[in-house]
Amino acid sequence: MSQPLVEMNNIHKRFGGIHAVEDMSLELHPGEVVGLLGHNGAGKSTFIKMLSGAYQVDSGEILIDGQPVQIRNPIDAKELGIETIYQTLALADNLDTAANIFFGREILTPWGALDEPAMEHAAIGVMKRLNPQFRKFHDPVSNLSGGQRQSVAIARALQFNARIIIMDEPTAALGPHETQMVADLIKALKKEGIAIVMISHDLHDVFDLSDRIAVMKNGRHVWTGATTETDKDQVLQMVILGKLPDGSYAPGILTSEDA
Amino acid sequence: MERTAAERPVSVGERLRQVSQSVQMDTRLLAMIGAVVAIWAFFEIASGGIFLSPRNLWNLSVQTSVTALLATGMVLIIVSRNIDLSIGSLLAFLGILGGFVQTEVLPLEGTHSWWISILVMIGAGALAGGMQGWLIARFAIPAFVVTLGGLMFWRGAGWLFTQGRTVTPLDTTYSVFGGGSIGESWSWVVGATGFALLALLTAWKRQRRKALGFQVKPASVELAIVAAVGALIAAFVATMNGYDFPRTEDGRGIPVPVLILIVVAAVMIYVANMTRFGRYIYGYGGNPEAAQLAGVNTRRVVITSFALIGALTAIGAVISTARLNAAPLSIGNLLELQVIAAAVIGGTSLSGGTGTILGALIGALLMQSLQNGMVLLGVQSAPQQMIMAGVLIFAVWFDVIYQKRRV
Repeated sequence: MSQPLVEMNNIHKRFGGIHAVEDMSLELHPGEVVGLLGHNGAGKSTFIKMLSGAYQVDSGEILIDGQPVQIRNPIDAKELGIETIYQTLALADNLDTAANIFFGREILTPWGALDEPAMEHAAIGVMKRLNPQFRKFHDPVSNLSGGQRQSVAIARALQFNARIIIMDEPTAALGPHETQMVADLIKALKKEGIAIVMISHDLHDVFDLSDRIAVMKNGRHVWTGATTETDKDQVLQMVILGKLPDGSYAPGILTSEDA
Repeated sequence: MERTAAERPVSVGERLRQVSQSVQMDTRLLAMIGAVVAIWAFFEIASGGIFLSPRNLWNLSVQTSVTALLATGMVLIIVSRNIDLSIGSLLAFLGILGGFVQTEVLPLEGTHSWWISILVMIGAGALAGGMQGWLIARFAIPAFVVTLGGLMFWRGAGWLFTQGRTVTPLDTTYSVFGGGSIGESWSWVVGATGFALLALLTAWKRQRRKALGFQVKPASVELAIVAAVGALIAAFVATMNGYDFPRTEDGRGIPVPVLILIVVAAVMIYVANMTRFGRYIYGYGGNPEAAQLAGVNTRRVVITSFALIGALTAIGAVISTARLNAAPLSIGNLLELQVIAAAVIGGTSLSGGTGTILGALIGALLMQSLQNGMVLLGVQSAPQQMIMAGVLIFAVWFDVIYQKRRV
């Protein structure tokens, strides 16, 4: 297999006495969608936030293109081509589309002022790829529909040539039509060679869109494998009980109260 | 090159929607300007033609300057979900500090005393504000509490400096900043420069949008707007020149405090709308978490905003003490509430994220017009305060209705 784009090896993260992530590993290849599954509190969000720069790893290593990297904050992550689309979308509701796409990375004129026309021009270009009908460039994003807001959040990743996109519950707040739109979009991004990690509760979406599935429970790795090798029942068992397809349990999953 | 918005045909309906939208954005501002015009018309009639005389308008502009100056900074503070209650006390402290430097540290009436003392005041103001901002940003102590502490602390610190003694008289060059004016010809020069800068900025924006293939307003409309602004500037300069020095034909021209306000307001509007810092203030106010996740150094943004209002407070202290030719401890009492009221009347929402500097300037002018007009009509100060309270609450009520209707 090709060189992985991202390798996260033996990652640990503690918050006080709580071991939020314990010895979790994951790799990502170009043009691949990996669905990361687990209960609330399974540690998947914490794990992924260490890739997006919101948290720092306690121990373990992250490699990009085989090179070890330090991701200390969201800016480091973005410089490595890692973009995150949060469940809350993390949009500033009072700003317009262009201001949100470029939030934190504004285009400046030679004398250091914001170059609004240039940002609006680029915003129109990138939004056209996602949502050709979109017109409300001068509205604050609070006036946009759920799907439109989602496209603004995704546009923010595309504008800066992301190689790795992390999506936290991309379809949780959307209607069926908009969910379909996001699904089409993910397929399009895949074709461009972008690697995607998708955190989701929706098994249907995960089976529909992902190439591989990784399951976490109690901060630990349960199973990783091709989507075609498994089915929804097996995955449910892994998510809820940590029970592997062969009937055994993943190491370290069983706690005294489970047993 | 990619096709852009301007190349696709725009339907009439779409264009109407755009026009109504651009007007909608300004309806609030227009309503406020309308309110100011109505207030002016009322007082002009009720005072028998005194209110709109050049002399009264000249005084009104000087009276508005300190509140308006500080309101430009307060807008950014409130937009980023904070508040600053300390500015009145800090202004008194900085005034006393400046007077102390002029009279005790440096030779009185020394050639350089005036500007050195001003620099010391601005530096101390920025430092004091920055320290308050640091407490707020670094330790997550609510701004209300930190600056309430500042309100008590700074006036106390001012007392310690002079044991409560009023510092007076101050430097004569310094006192120009309070009540001096720049004369007729310089006023026209200032007006013409301001107009030229505005015209250049409009032309740059138009040319830039055109170069990127955007729709631009018809040249006639753009020219009409620029001409209207030019006429307003000319009317302003003519009015300021219309108030003569006693027993002469020489007009006073633009008062120095108002000139300072104009420069500060222009800089602050630029900062709010065309710099990264300004964008982060609004973005942070809209969604602090989004700003953090976007990699914005939110701590630095908050500290800078407080250092900025601290520096503005120092400029306000220069104007206030120069006007009195003295630095008493009682100066700036309740100023913070006036400034917050001006910002709020001007459409700044206390929940953060929205508010414009232009709105706050008009808010300050509206409040000062009411006060000035009531004084002309001989209204006692107690009913004056009660009427101002009513106006403040009415303005916020209007805003609530307006915001509801928009959604």
